[in-house]
Amino acid sequence: MTTLQTTRTAPAQPVVRSRRPTPAHPSRWLTLGVLGLVSVYFLAPVWWLVVSSTKSNSALFNGSGFWFSGRFALLSNLQDVFTRQGAIYPRWLLNTALYAVGGAAVSTLVSALAGYALAKYAFRGRETVFNIVLAAVLVPQPLLAVPLYLLFSPVHLVNTYWGVLIPSMVSPFGVYLARIYAAASVPDELIEAGRVDGAGEVRIFATIGLRLMSPALVTVFLFQFVGIWSNYLLPALMLADDKLQPVTVGLVGWQAQRGIGDAVPFNIVITAAAVSVIPLIIMFLSLQRFWRSGLSAGSVK
Amino acid sequence: MSAPATSVTPARPPTSAGPATSPHKRRQARTAAAFLLPFAALFAVAYAAPIGYTLYQSLFKMHRDGLGLSAPTKAFAGLGNYSDALHDPVFRGALLRVLLIGAVQVPVMLGLALGLALLLDAKGTLFKRFFRLAFFLPYALPGVVGALMWSYLVAPGLSPITSAAHAVGVHLDLTSGPMLAPTIGNMLTWGWTGYNMLIIYSALQAIPPELAEAARMDGCSAWGIAWHVKIPIVRPALVLTTVFSIIGTAQLYNEPAVLQHVAPNLSSNYTPIFAAYNAVNDNNFGYAATESVVLAALAFVLSFGFLKLVQRRGAAL
Repeated sequence: MTTLQTTRTAPAQPVVRSRRPTPAHPSRWLTLGVLGLVSVYFLAPVWWLVVSSTKSNSALFNGSGFWFSGRFALLSNLQDVFTRQGAIYPRWLLNTALYAVGGAAVSTLVSALAGYALAKYAFRGRETVFNIVLAAVLVPQPLLAVPLYLLFSPVHLVNTYWGVLIPSMVSPFGVYLARIYAAASVPDELIEAGRVDGAGEVRIFATIGLRLMSPALVTVFLFQFVGIWSNYLLPALMLADDKLQPVTVGLVGWQAQRGIGDAVPFNIVITAAAVSVIPLIIMFLSLQRFWRSGLSAGSVK
Repeated sequence: MSAPATSVTPARPPTSAGPATSPHKRRQARTAAAFLLPFAALFAVAYAAPIGYTLYQSLFKMHRDGLGLSAPTKAFAGLGNYSDALHDPVFRGALLRVLLIGAVQVPVMLGLALGLALLLDAKGTLFKRFFRLAFFLPYALPGVVGALMWSYLVAPGLSPITSAAHAVGVHLDLTSGPMLAPTIGNMLTWGWTGYNMLIIYSALQAIPPELAEAARMDGCSAWGIAWHVKIPIVRPALVLTTVFSIIGTAQLYNEPAVLQHVAPNLSSNYTPIFAAYNAVNDNNFGYAATESVVLAALAFVLSFGFLKLVQRRGAAL
């Protein structure tokens, strides 16, 4: 802002140049102050989680919550987290990884196929199909969990990996994004050229379509991956066996014991929660540009 | 939702354009059907079947004999469940509670998200990258993990907020009855502001810089540019975030469910989803299905009504 103002006013009133940038400064500091305060609001709870994971259970109840106190207990907390209940916690993490990777991979491929078909082929009822997909984006997910449980129960899918995996493999939002990306990034001329060369439709999709859509498909994968990783209600309902549960369900199970008597102590629940978010935070930091492309596609529509 | 659908349709006609022969078209339709099949099959299992099942079940009631000794029998009840649900004070209370939480929390959250996005988009703002990450970080935490963390941050005995208030002589219990709604609203705001901010920010970034520059040349202040130039352009993003927030609030469950473990005052029918789950636990699935349908219909009417409202206002302008 300052440089622009200077260059604009400089030719006419050279004298003002030295004074002109100063009025911008108070507002810049004000902006910085506001953003700084708000970022404290967003970061402080996470900081509290990190600090608390280094404390013993009794130290949690003494001293400042936002600073280290007492013995540095992170390592013993970690050991407790990973060995408690016959080392169930690492199993929960692996289950979550299985649900999230498996579900997101299948759903990305399925969405790519459907989105490509909706964008690149003319057929009757195309808009109807797309409108159904859009309407499905608006269906509140938790409402589907109970009927899914009741439908899966007689076919013995309840309390199995499939009970969570099958519903995770479909993402109307993914189809929606895939259609936008296919329409924008796969030129009709290339498809036509492939046909002239005698390639089949499946081959054209696999070699041209998938390749050109691949940056966008990372976004589709990412959204579905985080959606499954964060999901709580469906697996909580579907999986009674704690050996099959993802980490979200397991953690809430520990928290629900309320730290009473033989229950899992607070510092262990807190440490387990802190560890469980590390993989997601790494993904967020390393794949930032894909987040923004997905979110902007959603907003430009 | 059909308006956005048409706007994303490519300007170029689909591949069948030109003197396409009928067999060619038919082959295209067959290929499209084959490509859509995996999605259609999964959609039928995970969406269509549960929705259809819910609608069907909502028309039946369970009848028990007076002593509850024999197994209850199922009987067609028409819209009987619906009239029960609409007269049920517990369910109505849950709906009203969620409506009130949403009416306060959604505007606060989206106002904050818009303000932050505008500040981040403004020229000369320092440390943009850091702030963007800091605001988006809560979204990286799964909803229940965020809720679990906040449940400890407000739990009496553990809460650093409560003890800070105590240190200055204020008695504060964030898990007491009147504080529950603000506490839950705070959890939602903390978790979702950054996500909404990023959607609005992405839309702001798409505005050509010349536009703001031209307004500045005309003597528009930074506030004026934000109000008269930027906000009108990012309207679709604001509409989208509002619709998503309305639907998100309707399905409120995770936060109160986790908070319940540190807040014994929290009603076991706090939100409509709680009420529906309790009906399932009572083996009263017809009633649970009815409550689900009513909630989904209400969320649809509110979000769709909002869309229509802004479309009409947009046309009038």
